[in-house]
Amino acid sequence: MMRARKRILSVLLLMVLASGSVFTLTGCHGSKGMAAFEVPEEFDSSREYEITFWAKNDTNRTQTAIYEQAIADFEKLYPNIHVNLRLYTDYGKIYNDVITNIATNTTPNVCITYPDHIATYLTGINLVVPLEELFENEKYGLGGSEVRFDAPKREEIIPQFLEECAFDGHYYAIPYMRSTEACYINKTYVEALGYTLPDVLTWDFIWEVSEAAMEKDAEGNFLINGQKVMIPFIYKSTDNMMIQMLRQKEAGYSTDQGEIRIFNDTTKDLLFTIAEHGKSGAFSTFKISSYPANFLNAGQCIFAVDSTAGATWMGTNAPLSDISQDKIVDFETEVMEIPQFDPENSKMISQGPSVCVFNKDDPQEVLASWLFVQYLLTDEVQIAYAETEGYVPVTSKAQGTDEYQDYLASSGEDNAAHYDIKIKATELLLNHIDDTFVTPVFNGSTSLRDAAGQLVENTVKSVRRGQVVDDAYIEKLYGDVTSLYRLDQLSRQSSSPAAGKAELGKLPTTAVVLLSSLATVWMLIAVYVVFSFMKKRKNQH
Amino acid sequence: MKRLTALLLTFTLVFACVGCSSKNESAEDVADVKSEGVMTYAEYATAALDSQVVVETYVQAKQSWWDNKATVYTQDKDGAYFLYEMACSEEDYEKLTPGTKIKVTGYKSEWAGEVEIVDATFEIEEGNYVAPVTDATAWLGTDDLIKHQNEFVAFKGMTVEASKDADGNDVAFLYSWDGSGQDGDDLYFNASVNGQTYTFTVESYLCDKTTDVYAAVKALNIGDTIDMEGFLYWYEGVNPHITSVTTK
Repeated sequence: MMRARKRILSVLLLMVLASGSVFTLTGCHGSKGMAAFEVPEEFDSSREYEITFWAKNDTNRTQTAIYEQAIADFEKLYPNIHVNLRLYTDYGKIYNDVITNIATNTTPNVCITYPDHIATYLTGINLVVPLEELFENEKYGLGGSEVRFDAPKREEIIPQFLEECAFDGHYYAIPYMRSTEACYINKTYVEALGYTLPDVLTWDFIWEVSEAAMEKDAEGNFLINGQKVMIPFIYKSTDNMMIQMLRQKEAGYSTDQGEIRIFNDTTKDLLFTIAEHGKSGAFSTFKISSYPANFLNAGQCIFAVDSTAGATWMGTNAPLSDISQDKIVDFETEVMEIPQFDPENSKMISQGPSVCVFNKDDPQEVLASWLFVQYLLTDEVQIAYAETEGYVPVTSKAQGTDEYQDYLASSGEDNAAHYDIKIKATELLLNHIDDTFVTPVFNGSTSLRDAAGQLVENTVKSVRRGQVVDDAYIEKLYGDVTSLYRLDQLSRQSSSPAAGKAELGKLPTTAVVLLSSLATVWMLIAVYVVFSFMKKRKNQH
Repeated sequence: MKRLTALLLTFTLVFACVGCSSKNESAEDVADVKSEGVMTYAEYATAALDSQVVVETYVQAKQSWWDNKATVYTQDKDGAYFLYEMACSEEDYEKLTPGTKIKVTGYKSEWAGEVEIVDATFEIEEGNYVAPVTDATAWLGTDDLIKHQNEFVAFKGMTVEASKDADGNDVAFLYSWDGSGQDGDDLYFNASVNGQTYTFTVESYLCDKTTDVYAAVKALNIGDTIDMEGFLYWYEGVNPHITSVTTK
């Protein structure tokens, strides 16, 4: 019990500050940053290495235990490499801390991250190690001859997942786990309302059923659950909600080069629909109300959209719960893909942790880090971690093992390791890998993602507070969100992740005057010296 | 003339001191008189969720500041108000010390059972009040407890109960709710009274690992009898944010 809300310290301003100040210390304006990493010929196993690994878990002690076991097993294979684990429960906090530590050159060696975040780290020169040379290295590369464990070969990493880690012409990370979002449904209530779940969930279906669930009796109790509380549709990550809606509509979000396209008429129409259902109380969000799982399990929600990596919290028999047992309602849980606009053409986000390696002065230390990263892709680690939640192993090698196939086939045998909702969520992604997508990665893509969610959050809050959401409101909202996330500044930047070290803009007039004066003085000095020299020579002759 | 001036200045100073003193006295001993347009606690308590609220309250503790947002525990003489991510510059945050009177305008909201004021702005006013601690032990397990949500309270004579760590061992406290955390994370521990066990938290943003309470909880043993103080926070049920622990 108690997955209490921790204040997720916003990084949006820090990101902008990072571009403007932190990286000036490390990379821009003349400083050369770190030397590019070159793979050593041999790994020097006579030396001791201490590497730090910043890992993210889903507030799940089994995941913590798996990290610890992986480190212990790796250190047995490489007794000269010592891995210090630092645990986080939030990607944003890792991002904050990495940026803070860049300025003091104390980044971890290895960290769990999102590609969006790496794009910001890349503003520092040679800060993150491009991995393609390491992938291919005959001795220490993926499945290399000198690697002391059974590592996957490059072709055994699921190609879509690997490609998500490639941007700006390099692979800056490798995937560690993958998940998507799923809709966890109180099927009992859907049917009690007179509906049958379709093969593919649509937005229209969800809105219609959600509104139908809002009917109350004379005492103010909702008819469907007999309780005072019912929020039929709750979305955990509203940034994902907007991003996926836009992708399904094939509407603008951003270009690959980082041009912001989200403030368009499709977005406006989507926000009008969201406002309508936010106003009626049929829709809310995690930030406004709380975890969807808590409402779902209490019979106070019908459609809960959350990560497949949150599946162990979902349903009457969920192994993890934040609410007391007496509040949990008995119902049949269904797991389906997120709602779609076009049921024939499903689209869902691919998400989940990736791992990057930070560059250090000592290439041997970097190589030690890479070996550990590679160890995280072994079948043992992949299968163990994937089974903790609705995650999918990122290698075909792990997915194809008898052990993993047996795990999938044992769905529902118990409400712990083989909890059926968790395994159904996993299979949802396994069956839809080709339907997944990711958003373009560029320096500032994190801010754009935050902005996408903010549009939804602000709209829902506003209608709950009795404000009118119309064209004028949306226009102001676009302006406010642009300003809050400084998206106008992003748009002016170069699209490359290296933008921060490229365009410095036009010199100020004062600087031009000063430089011109200096140039004039130097020219006059030069003329004087030449004139004196000529005069001297003339006199000598 | 100089004498007269000195005398006048002295009188002015004396009256000023008396004025300050009487202001403090009124804040401490007399019921809160709210400014025009400001709600009483009773009005706040009955205000609808998502409605705009304006309250005058006094800072009791600060949880965090980041990105020009402050999260603050506040209380007046009639009840408490939790201010979540209130707009606040870093400079103003430094001015928010225990007792500082502030006028807050925001929206009443509820998150996982915690009633709070969000999207708020504030202004500092004249006045000072530090709420005395109220013994809430007898309210545990009763409907009265939630009426005191967010207040500064004490729990006395409670017994530390076992929690299960990651390996299934009985321990006196956990890092993070399930033991998945590390030193510096929130601490969770169980304590009982009258046969009922409740979960208490050392919120690491409120009391980090350098604080006495963090050290005190790490030193707990199962079976210890303890007195606690803290704020009556709510998360899917009572979840006090403890600020001091004394082992008897």
